[in-house]
Amino acid sequence: MSGQTDGHNEQKRGWAARAEAVKAAKLDAAKVSAADEAALTSLPDGEDLEEEEYRPTEADGGMFGQMPAKKAKAFGPSAKRLMGLLKPEGPGVVLVIGLVVVSVVLNVIAPKVLGSAMDVIFGGIIGKQLPAGVTKEQFAEGLRQQGQDNFADMVGKMDLSNGIDFPKLTFLISIVLLMYFVANIFLWAQGYILNRIVMKVINRLRNDVQTKLNHLPLNYFDTRQRGDILSRVTNDVDNVQQGLQQAFAQLVSSVLTVLGIIVMMFIVSWELALIALIALPLSGIVAGVIGSKSQKLFAAQWKNTGALNGQIEESFSGHDLVKVFGRDADMLERFDERNEELYRASFGAQFVSGVIFPAMNFVSYLSYVGIAVVGGLRVASGSMSLGDATAFIQYSREFTQPLGQIAGMANMLQSGVASAERVFEFLDADEEVRENATGHLPARTDGHVEFKHVSFSYVKDRPLIEDLSFSAEPGHTVAIVGPTGAGKTTLVNLVMRFYELDAGRITLDGVDIMDLSRSELRSKVGMVLQDAWLFGGTIYDNIRYGNLDATEEQIMAAAKATYVDRFVRALPDGYQTVIDEEGNNVSAGEKQLITIARAFVSDPSLLILDEATSSVDTRTELLLQKAMAALRTDRTSFVIAHRLSTIRDADTILVMEEGKIVEQGNHTELLALEGAYYRLYRSQFAGEDAEEVAVDDSTAVHT
Amino acid sequence: MLVKLIRQYSRPYLPYILAVLLFQLASTIATLYLPSLNAKIIDEGVAHGDTDYIWRTGAIMLAVALAQILTAIAAVYFGAKTAMAFGRDLRRSVFRKVSSFSAKEVNRFGAPTLITRGTNDVQQVQMLMLMGLNFMVSTPIMCIGGIIMAVREDLSLSWLVWVSVPVLVAVVGYLVVRLMPLFRSMQEKIDGINGVLREQIIGIRVVRAFVREPYEAKRFGSANQDLTNVSVKIGNLFVLMFPAIGMILHLSTAAVLWFGGQRVDSGDMQVGALTAFLQYLLQILIAVMMGTFMAMMIPRASVCADRIGEVLDVEPTIHDPESPVVPAQRRGHVEFRDVTFKYPGAEEPVLSNISFSAEPGQTLAIIGSTGAGKSTLVSLLPRLHDVASGQVLLDGVPVTELDRQEITKRVAAVPQKPYLFSGTIEHNLRFGKTDATDEELWEALETAQAKGFVAEKSAGLNRRIAQGGTNVSGGQRQRLCIARALVTKPKVYVFDDSFSALDVATDARLRRALKEKTRDATVIIVAQRVSTIADADQILVLDNGRIVDRGTHQELLETSPTYQEIVESQLTPEEVA
Repeated sequence: MSGQTDGHNEQKRGWAARAEAVKAAKLDAAKVSAADEAALTSLPDGEDLEEEEYRPTEADGGMFGQMPAKKAKAFGPSAKRLMGLLKPEGPGVVLVIGLVVVSVVLNVIAPKVLGSAMDVIFGGIIGKQLPAGVTKEQFAEGLRQQGQDNFADMVGKMDLSNGIDFPKLTFLISIVLLMYFVANIFLWAQGYILNRIVMKVINRLRNDVQTKLNHLPLNYFDTRQRGDILSRVTNDVDNVQQGLQQAFAQLVSSVLTVLGIIVMMFIVSWELALIALIALPLSGIVAGVIGSKSQKLFAAQWKNTGALNGQIEESFSGHDLVKVFGRDADMLERFDERNEELYRASFGAQFVSGVIFPAMNFVSYLSYVGIAVVGGLRVASGSMSLGDATAFIQYSREFTQPLGQIAGMANMLQSGVASAERVFEFLDADEEVRENATGHLPARTDGHVEFKHVSFSYVKDRPLIEDLSFSAEPGHTVAIVGPTGAGKTTLVNLVMRFYELDAGRITLDGVDIMDLSRSELRSKVGMVLQDAWLFGGTIYDNIRYGNLDATEEQIMAAAKATYVDRFVRALPDGYQTVIDEEGNNVSAGEKQLITIARAFVSDPSLLILDEATSSVDTRTELLLQKAMAALRTDRTSFVIAHRLSTIRDADTILVMEEGKIVEQGNHTELLALEGAYYRLYRSQFAGEDAEEVAVDDSTAVHT
Repeated sequence: MLVKLIRQYSRPYLPYILAVLLFQLASTIATLYLPSLNAKIIDEGVAHGDTDYIWRTGAIMLAVALAQILTAIAAVYFGAKTAMAFGRDLRRSVFRKVSSFSAKEVNRFGAPTLITRGTNDVQQVQMLMLMGLNFMVSTPIMCIGGIIMAVREDLSLSWLVWVSVPVLVAVVGYLVVRLMPLFRSMQEKIDGINGVLREQIIGIRVVRAFVREPYEAKRFGSANQDLTNVSVKIGNLFVLMFPAIGMILHLSTAAVLWFGGQRVDSGDMQVGALTAFLQYLLQILIAVMMGTFMAMMIPRASVCADRIGEVLDVEPTIHDPESPVVPAQRRGHVEFRDVTFKYPGAEEPVLSNISFSAEPGQTLAIIGSTGAGKSTLVSLLPRLHDVASGQVLLDGVPVTELDRQEITKRVAAVPQKPYLFSGTIEHNLRFGKTDATDEELWEALETAQAKGFVAEKSAGLNRRIAQGGTNVSGGQRQRLCIARALVTKPKVYVFDDSFSALDVATDARLRRALKEKTRDATVIIVAQRVSTIADADQILVLDNGRIVDRGTHQELLETSPTYQEIVESQLTPEEVA
């Protein structure tokens, strides 16, 4: 409904244009987060897959397109809490409301005064027509005798002067100007103050979100779609900001203006007020009927846009495949079909929504004509002054504008509250167990790790690790092997205290990690994750992330030791190469090397490598292993790997199955056992079945 | 570029645009006529107490209002039709252009930006077109019409128009010009702050593992403060906008009353004309203001138009030959003759002097470390790129002289990144051969070791696949991509590291099944794992874009140090022996 009012709708448009500018640029960010979402929601089972929902953007609907507002689950409480955010700014808010009230009252009264100015002019003109020396009463009597009763009534009621009373006119115009001046100053002042208040509140909200982020347990991130969390902390916060900034400010002034105008209309003429009010339900019906129709059409447009954009995305992403399989022509054909569908849908949507504007205009014209005619008749009969009639016309025109705004604002407010609710849910999530740091590690840590009867589960009643005990001696390399889902990654995550134990304890150099602060514990551990994740920044900064105090020499040394130096030298910008969002400029293997360098530079006592080299090609890995061997010498390390060469040299191999350690020993010992390790070894490294392999791959490799 | 695009793509809709202009004109005239009728009610009706006249004029006003709405709706109709058709045509042009691109042009832009250009950018320009036809067009009409009417009512008051309009334009223009860069900067700050949050959420384990929470909080805090500062700055300017506009409008009103009052007093002007003049002036000012706001859309749309223009201006480097050679035979013989390839802008060639040939029935394997040029090499055969020098021949004919259909029918490639299209499994498998029977699909699935997981689900072939294939595991995706190539039954198979996500046992089974199916075909395999390629007829060892050694597994074990290193890194010494 935004934009259906006539040209007076400046304020709305300005903000809309701004919101649009913001939204469009937001597109890219949204796209990336949508990709994250898609990546993370990847269901193991495709059958439940629904058509991906397309999120409309402002560009699809333009100014007439209302996006379907997300509904809040509990509007009342959430709205209340949202308003609660403004509480610390109480005095400011009261001031703003006071300024709005004054400004609205002045704005509403001014047309009436302006109407009086009109009366002065009109009265002066009529007065001039009087023959000299004749009084108003005599003139009216004369008219009556001529049969012009109406005119006589009017003249009789008028305040006539001989010629326009310029001092009075000047006075009235000055009053009006003063009123408008004060009203606008107040309008500006309230906007100025409100903007600062809202920005302060939003700044605080954002900081709260950031603080919360650091206090949430990892479990929170594991159990939710990443895209969902992202949109809560980004898009939803933006949305709250817009809701507060626009809806809040305008809703108050719009509602007040409507009320004020209604009051003024009844004061000036209740008969005309009734005519104007008839237009109210009428425009409501028009907007409702066309609006709901256009909502449906917009939904169709969005659906088609989504489908078409999806196809464009696929065709461009899978460009090579389309070429290789020679499907260009089919793709074009399908594109043309969908493009045509989109054209039809969007034409319908744009046309019907475009009709709202003229239709609402028409309704307002109806009341305009009604007021002009009835007002004219009443002025002519003397029961109303001309100034009141012109004031009334102004009122009736100004009336429709805030009404349209209220409808638009309600939509925005609704979506703002829904977003606020989602942010609040995030802020209300359970936090990590508070720290109870009573202990400290010895100054020189050996990296002696012990698990004592450890039990852990992500979901209650579904134990993952049960009663697990083992000890990793200082300086030893512990390899953890086992099938997917055996709990390997969980085990090393427990050492980092990413999760809290259900039972048992883990000690580092004899100190229970529960007695340590998380930061003290983690600063002693270097971890390289399977998912080589880098920050958007230079390669140099990414390595330095492991130790912000590292000198350039230390960073270079780490880079050299981990073979990062070798490929960085080949990049045009060297260490200053910026890792971009897509990460296209470095390969997955190179990324892994950088993450290893990052751990290297942090110089930990305990090293955890979780599939750290899975994407590195085998030759580089071989070189890297030598480097890692050096890194590992005086450190305890936990290594999760699937490559035999990495596991073979470990001091201890833990074989995990279903959360338990089923075997423990070194490579030779375990092979000799011919148990779980032996089976795993056969299936992973030598083909599934020795016989089959012998028949098929009769090469030297698999003997 | 914006102007060029609009001119070029709106040409077919010129009649519609003329209709828009015509109806806008009519609708504007009707709008402008209403105040003058109202003036007549006052001057003729009210001033003389002529109630009949008031009724009559009221009826006319109603008719005019009706005419206004009808013409306005007609204008919207043609406006929407033109703008949407314009968008459709532009979108089609972009899509066709990109479809004609070779991998080189796609890589030059990158798929994500091409997608943005084809979707969002087109929409922005289309939106400008719509807004332009619906509103911007009416601004000058309203201005000119309003001025004419205002002058007609009273010529000597018209100076008020000349004064107030420029003042309004100056004030609004000044604020807009000041605000635009701030909005842009605010958007950057929002992106910045969201970026920090994104990184923290995605990299949460890294942040926690390195105890970088305080560092991140500091980073966030300063980004947040930046954003707040810009927003406050914007707000300070923005809140000036409406009070300022309001004051200009009200000052104009007062001026009309004051100066008009004097003219009325001196008998040069009637009261009704005064009210009409007042309304005209307000309408002109509002039209001007709307026009100025609309103009804010132009810079952004023009950036989008430039980006679209960049795509449309590209000449694809790979064309189908004008008179394609029809090969004498279609066996699937592949030969590379002294091939050198360089990516645009790169100093060093990716491939140098590559020569080899592969016979039908043979398996050719290519091995080498990351960045050795393996994927580039195999992309030359389906002509995703053209060589810098040398020749790639298929059945004795250079691929540059073959019709694309000739190549696609004979060569099926499984890319390194397994990509599936949204739709069903069936739809994906038929991608290379639309008329394949269900039996053929199941056969291909069986060979690709994918039958099990497809049959296991009740939806079977109708199981839905998300865009990119993100809802099946990496290994399953790879096997579906292999099956997709198998369905086409080509003469040449290219497997670009297509077995990497499979465990060794599945890999072995798949290759065994494949061997039977591809008995008469040429198979080219790029691999990392030695076990995958150990039984190939010929292995090329690639290093730094050159073939450093070639031979069978056994031969290379004895002669090639590079190959030995690779083998050594993957297997135990006992196994190698």
